Amino acid sequence: MPARLKLFLPLILFVVLAGFLMRGLQLDPTALPSALIDQPLPAFSLTVLGSEKAIAREGVIGEVALFNVWATWCVSCRVEHPYLNKLSEAGVPIYGINYKDDDAAAVQWLEKLGDPYVLSIADRDGDLGLDLGVYGAPETYLVDAQGVVRYRHAGVVDERVWTTILEPIYRELGGEGGPG
Amino acid sequence: MMRILAMLLLLGSVAAQAVIETYEFSSPELEERYQQLSAELRCPTCQNQTIADSNSLISQDLRKLLYEQLEAGKSDDEILAYLVERYGEFVRYRPDYDGATRILWLAPVGLLLLGVLIVFFVMRGRRPEAAGEENVLDTAQQERLDELLKQAEQDK
Repeated sequence: MPARLKLFLPLILFVVLAGFLMRGLQLDPTALPSALIDQPLPAFSLTVLGSEKAIAREGVIGEVALFNVWATWCVSCRVEHPYLNKLSEAGVPIYGINYKDDDAAAVQWLEKLGDPYVLSIADRDGDLGLDLGVYGAPETYLVDAQGVVRYRHAGVVDERVWTTILEPIYRELGGEGGPG
Repeated sequence: MMRILAMLLLLGSVAAQAVIETYEFSSPELEERYQQLSAELRCPTCQNQTIADSNSLISQDLRKLLYEQLEAGKSDDEILAYLVERYGEFVRYRPDYDGATRILWLAPVGLLLLGVLIVFFVMRGRRPEAAGEENVLDTAQQERLDELLKQAEQDK
C-alpha cells in the first residue's frame, strides 16, 4: 500500500462510519419487527363482545381483513376510531380485538362512537393479544384469506397510513372495497 | 385534616408498592431464575428497560407470564422460545448464537484481533532494518548515484 494512501485511511474510515451513523439516525428505534409476519393467525377460543357467543379462529378468517386491537383505556384508539368507521363503511372488513377491557365500557364505547367491526373478540385477559405479540394499543394486523398474518401496524391507522402502507398490501392480497 | 393527609400518604405508598409486584415462589431456586430472566428480557414498549425495571402494562403481563410459566415447571429455554416466538429476538438482551446474531457475538473478538494486527504491523514497521527497505535503490538508481558521485569528485 502506497504511503500516500495510508494517510487517507483514517478519513476513509471516518466517512464509512459517518455513513452508517447517518443511516442510523433515520431508522425508527421504536419500530419492532413482528414475529408473526407470514405466520397463521393464532388459534383462540373466546367470546364475542356484547354477547355470550363463542368465537374461534375459524369464525374470523376466509376473507382479507384487518384485525384492530383496541380498548377503551387507549387514548389513541379514540383518535383512529372515526377513520375505522370510514374504512368499514367503504367495505373493508375489520375485526376488533377488545384487549384487556371492561365489556360494559367497550359496548358503550361502540354505541357512542359507532361500530366499525364485523365483530369484536372479547380478549379480557389479553391471551390472544399475547399470542399476537401485542405490546400496546392500537395495533392493526392485515390478515389474508387463508388466515395468515401479512402485516402489522403499531399505532394509529389514519388516511395516510391506509393509503401509503396498508392499502397497497390489502389490494395485493385481493382485498375488496376501501375508500376510492 | 391530619387524618386525610395520613390517608393520602398511605395511598401514595400503596401506589409505590404497586410499581413492581412481588410473587411468592414455591422455591428459592425459581425465584432466582425469575430474577435472572426478568433482568435479561427487554420491554417491548419502553425500550432500553428490562421487564424487571419497567412499569408498563406489557411488562407487568410478561412478569406475570414468567411467574406462571416458572411455577408450571417450564425450562428457561422453553420460556425464552415462547417469548421470542411472539415478540421476536428483540426481547432478548442476550441473543442466541445463531444466524445474524453471530456478528454481534464475534464482532468484539474480531475487532480486538484487528487491533492486535495493526499494532503488530506498526511495531514491525518501526524496526530500523525494516525501515531500510524503503531506502534500497535498484541497480539503475545505484548506477546513477555512482555517476553523480564521480562527477562531484571530478568537479572538485
